[in-house]
Amino acid sequence: MRYAFFPGCVSRGGCPELYPAAALICKRLGIDLWEMQGASCTGAGVLQEKNQLLGDTLNARTFAMAEYWDLPIMTICSTCQGVMSQANHRLRNPEYRAKVNGYLAEEGLEYKGNARPKHLLWILIEDYGLDKLAELITRPLHGVRLAPFYGCYLVRPTDALEFADNPERQDSLERLIEILGATVVDFSGKTRCCGFPILTINERNSLAMVGKHTSEAKDLGADAMITPCPLCHLNLDSFQPKAAAQAGREIGLPILHMPQAIGLAMGISPQELGLRRHIVNTRPLMTQLTPAAAH
Amino acid sequence: MNVTIRVRRQDPESESAAPFWQDYPLEIEDNATVLDALIKIREDIDGTLSLRCSCRSSICGSCAMRINGQAGLACKTQAAASLKAGDIIEVEPAGNMPVIKDLVVNFDLFWNKIMEVEPYLQPQGPEPEQEYVVSNESMLHLSGVTACIMCGACVSDCTVMEVDPSFLGPAALAKAYRFTADPRDGDDAGVSKERLEQLNGPSGMWDCTRCLECVQACPKGVAPMERIMAMRDQAIAAGLRNTNGARHTEAFAESVEQTGSLDELTLVPKSLGMTNVSGLLSYAPVAIQALTHGKMPPLIHKKIEGVENVRRLFEKVDETER
Repeated sequence: MRYAFFPGCVSRGGCPELYPAAALICKRLGIDLWEMQGASCTGAGVLQEKNQLLGDTLNARTFAMAEYWDLPIMTICSTCQGVMSQANHRLRNPEYRAKVNGYLAEEGLEYKGNARPKHLLWILIEDYGLDKLAELITRPLHGVRLAPFYGCYLVRPTDALEFADNPERQDSLERLIEILGATVVDFSGKTRCCGFPILTINERNSLAMVGKHTSEAKDLGADAMITPCPLCHLNLDSFQPKAAAQAGREIGLPILHMPQAIGLAMGISPQELGLRRHIVNTRPLMTQLTPAAAH
Repeated sequence: MNVTIRVRRQDPESESAAPFWQDYPLEIEDNATVLDALIKIREDIDGTLSLRCSCRSSICGSCAMRINGQAGLACKTQAAASLKAGDIIEVEPAGNMPVIKDLVVNFDLFWNKIMEVEPYLQPQGPEPEQEYVVSNESMLHLSGVTACIMCGACVSDCTVMEVDPSFLGPAALAKAYRFTADPRDGDDAGVSKERLEQLNGPSGMWDCTRCLECVQACPKGVAPMERIMAMRDQAIAAGLRNTNGARHTEAFAESVEQTGSLDELTLVPKSLGMTNVSGLLSYAPVAIQALTHGKMPPLIHKKIEGVENVRRLFEKVDETER
């Protein structure tokens, strides 16, 4: 299995623990990653505020590069995935695509409309197979209660994300949690907003969202939260102490990147997965893990 | 078809005011809507169930509620397509508005916000002798926003209003855009600068998190969030740049243009404003914590391969589109 790998800015920036964790588990899974060194940022929905056509053109450029390699695209960020899916949804219109291709021609690129960018979470379920993943689980997360937190752009809008054709995307994270041997803590905030996009604009509201979701999961007995979105991770982990202070209560809920949780269940050490880099202490969670079974 | 409609009921004026779930097992036609099922319950099973409805054809906007946790019109939602495990459909009142009884909520907050954006044309300058002449194109563009039926589904699921009821919210902001984008509103060039100045303030356009809940909830394709995004561009174009939101958008675009990717290290200070000392200092504890945990973005931001191609696209797309 080989993918054109689109790691996204945050997995190497604000969450530098994510990129190596994702690369590590992909190696164990036998997934070959060809990193897209020349691909630009998706625009994250922010650039689209100023100029949607420009955002779509940058994403079409990325899609054309993957088409040239004849490889499907893998993302590890809900926001990258959603913005790419939304752009691809619009680019299905041949007239619009021709207009965008007009801009790409000078670089010798053309987007034919065949790219299907997929988040690692969807790849595991749709391409790799959870049964096959289960064979690599040597340290099932038995007794660990995990609350799923998707990130807006991996669940909405459902038409651009092709939920009708892929109904398993609706509860993909819960399915993964169960395969890892952990227990799902279902809570009302799992598909809501983490507040990150307005952190520097309305910090009080942003932190209120962090406080609300982490408190709810914690009060329902979650030992940790798991997210496929590094932007959510930034807010839910790095700003959780500030959110707790604003809410006037203790929270202390570790937030795991999805590949870290998979890596732990594969028996990879917490250090290698970058868990020491988290702001909310992950050590109490590590004491819950059973020793890895011998390979 | 046999289904169970599980209704979140509440009567705040009764002795036991707390909300509770009540199950109604019943038989409905295969092509019945959720509203058909609720009406059947009220008429044949339990006359005390309260709900609002009128047209039954997604025009009046009366029957917005949460169906399986997602806001929408009960009359536009097929029961057969909404079955959860055990053939159950969960129905709750719309969110972010106080419950009057069962599925009926108080819309005062919704209407107050609509009124707050002054939802009527406000042309500046002398009135034309005859009618205003506008291009077909500009009106076609607005037809998407004027499709709003004021059902409140977007407000129900807005993640910002959930934590801050002072936020103008998706319905009122989309309504405001219907005027800021109307060539008859504002000055001779159709720029509604005064309106945009108001919407640019606290609880206005920049408080939206872009979570897409309103886009998903809207039964009429108004896509309020996309209108809010377009309004932000209008504000920046009208010279309203002195907000953290505008600075954030411009700094983000600049970083992608110059390097091909996002330089997170400079984005925060640029959004807050480089001279905003107290704002910058408030981030110091988080920055120090990130630094001690090895969580800081690289100090020297690397450019992507072939970044000149990205820069060229910024120039070219901007050139032709403006």
